[in-house]
Amino acid sequence: MKRALLFLPLIFFIVLGVFLYKGLFLNPQSMPSALEGKPVPDFKLLTVLNPDRVVTKTDLKGQVYLLNVWGTWCVGCKVEHPTLINIAKTGLPIYGINFKDELSDAQQWIKDNHNPYQFTVFDPDGRLALDLGVYGAPETFVVDHNGVIQLRYAGVLDIMTWNTTILPLVKSLQQKAQTDKSS
Amino acid sequence: MKHIVSVLILLISLLITNQSQASSVETYVFTDPSYELRFHELNKILRCPKCQNQNLADSNSLISQDLRREVKRLLEEGRSDDQITEFMVMRYGSFVLYKPKLDKITYLLWYGPIGFGIFGLIMLVLVVIRQKHKRQQPTNETSSNSKLLNDKEQADIDKLLNK
Repeated sequence: MKRALLFLPLIFFIVLGVFLYKGLFLNPQSMPSALEGKPVPDFKLLTVLNPDRVVTKTDLKGQVYLLNVWGTWCVGCKVEHPTLINIAKTGLPIYGINFKDELSDAQQWIKDNHNPYQFTVFDPDGRLALDLGVYGAPETFVVDHNGVIQLRYAGVLDIMTWNTTILPLVKSLQQKAQTDKSS
Repeated sequence: MKHIVSVLILLISLLITNQSQASSVETYVFTDPSYELRFHELNKILRCPKCQNQNLADSNSLISQDLRREVKRLLEEGRSDDQITEFMVMRYGSFVLYKPKLDKITYLLWYGPIGFGIFGLIMLVLVVIRQKHKRQQPTNETSSNSKLLNDKEQADIDKLLNK
């Protein structure tokens, strides 16, 4: 019995070592979002392509959709753009939030590249982004049919991550939306 | 004359450096001087979500600029410090606080070190008591039977030592 006790420090060391080793491969930039499970915050902003159109939260509601935060100053957004176009082709609505940008730059960007967004909210002060807990771009939110944020993905969305982690969630949310509608 | 010139140069260079420092962080005008004090205090305890080991006062990233502006706005609205930190936690999670709040998740963080300390003390006391016990037992034995060797053993040793 006493002998076995002598192994305690070794066991403690191994457990600690495993945790620290795992910690080496964690991404310190990925943080749990405080907004998962909470509704999309209220806003009242203009859109990029039609600067006279006022949009609010109610313009988004009703189905499962993606909210994508982008800016023309953001290199990652350019990398991410083709993925968004592919996702938009599958029929899933994507709404953009143009984050801390010039209106003319944003309009030019949409003209030059394909437009995957239903519409893009123009948020030059980053007010809406701040309410969403955004700290950089690109960031993508998955929102369910009740307008509740289900997932926040910070960083460039590539087709791999989309297929493995986000698409399954979107599908299950869409199924839920179907059953809610029929019942 | 020489002195005056060098002092002037020093003063001018000081002015220049001060200005360049001031331009790196925007200056706000507060309606109440107490707001300004609290503004700086809050900027020290709130952490920049993007650049992870800087507080809002240190960081010059876009997000920190936004958050500072937001802190200023909330102060001018007359919110309390707690309300402002709560506002930030609601959006960015408890990560934005340099000093984590005491709740279910952080119990281990707050009380862990004290727990380890107490555990260490208990172990220390146990070890000391045991050692004392061990040291006392042999002396008891020698006092009770002062002869460590019996006659036969003594004879054997004498033999070996060729006495």
